[in-house]
Amino acid sequence: MASLDDLKKRIASVKSTQKITKAMKMVAAAKLRRAQESAERGRPYSEKMNNIILNLSNGISDKENAPKLLSGTGENKVHLCVVMTSDRGLCGGFNSNIIKKAKSYFSKILNEGKQLKIITVGSKGNDQLKRVYGDKIIENISFKESKNANYFDADKVGRTIIEKFEAGEFDICTIFYNQFKNVITQIPQAQQIIPLNNEEDHNNSDESYEFEPDEDEILSNLLPKNISTQIFKAMLENSASEQGSRMSAMDNATRNAGEMVDKLTIEYNRSRQAAITKELIEIISGAESL
Amino acid sequence: MSEEFKIEIVNPEKSFLVKEDVLEVVVPAFEGEMGILKDHISIISFLKPGIIKVFSKSGDENYYVEDGIIEFKNNNLSILTSTIFAVADLDKSKQGDLLKKAEAEASKSEISDQAKYLADQKVEVLRSIN
Repeated sequence: MASLDDLKKRIASVKSTQKITKAMKMVAAAKLRRAQESAERGRPYSEKMNNIILNLSNGISDKENAPKLLSGTGENKVHLCVVMTSDRGLCGGFNSNIIKKAKSYFSKILNEGKQLKIITVGSKGNDQLKRVYGDKIIENISFKESKNANYFDADKVGRTIIEKFEAGEFDICTIFYNQFKNVITQIPQAQQIIPLNNEEDHNNSDESYEFEPDEDEILSNLLPKNISTQIFKAMLENSASEQGSRMSAMDNATRNAGEMVDKLTIEYNRSRQAAITKELIEIISGAESL
Repeated sequence: MSEEFKIEIVNPEKSFLVKEDVLEVVVPAFEGEMGILKDHISIISFLKPGIIKVFSKSGDENYYVEDGIIEFKNNNLSILTSTIFAVADLDKSKQGDLLKKAEAEASKSEISDQAKYLADQKVEVLRSIN
């Protein structure tokens, strides 16, 4: 059995860990509120953007000559996967959930004999993926310096993707991120952004628009922006999810530390009592033997 | 009959401006400035760097934008833009920063004609605000 001194030290160390996790939980809670707000404020933009693109693509008469970003290259050989994770750890299953989702997608693609390229956003994803898929990672982007997700960063990622698309480096692009549902639930998402996948909602609104300049030109201007917008949306959702996930993870950790302190305290008291009893017995039996 | 319609300007971070009593909006569309009044035909267009002028009952306002898309439908004007500043809030130092950035962009040699044109536009507009 551990000595009294050792137990005392353990209790002290668990208590200080508890203090840290408690502080992290509070910080995460404050950040979560902000991240959630900005995720909600960012929604109108991406929704409107989606709407306009939907209207535009309905209006396009000549589907054959539609911009490649909309219709794809017509091939399905090289997949680019953008895996968006956080830059910091200690946030529960947040990163592993994205990675798990991404990995199952990767193995599906590789089994079909297609080529795979990966861009990681955020250092945690890179750390976890480089062991198995190190040769597939073509770029790692990290925004450690920026405090909050901002559009400028998203635009940078978007531009990188479009450059690679125009250079013909891939046919299909999918982004992986966590969608924020609530504090305890974040759903890992795989969203295809090139070519644009809008088959699910074909509400053929007979709204006729006037376009200035013509549809093709607007579309070819709009689509690159849409990619940045989608990435920005993913970044906002991700940062809200990250804070939510961290908050619940730290909440659990604080609770576990509390339980541990209770258990250790009981053990400490028992062994203290045992030591006293032992000393008493020694004294009594010593006195009796006289 | 009222001559008002609704305008909504959103940027990626938030809803920038919502107004219900707008009489006229002049936007710097890609092929030239375009005035929009109530009951305009549904239109989608995109913007080049310039000034959005909003005339409303509660006062006129000017906004500097660098890019964007506009959609007008059922007397709802939506403007999506990534960079927007109210001209009234644009002080000298901020304007100088933007101008410097635009000038640097315009003086790059390896950019495409369209990017060059847009950068030149930015410089021109920013200078004219003074």
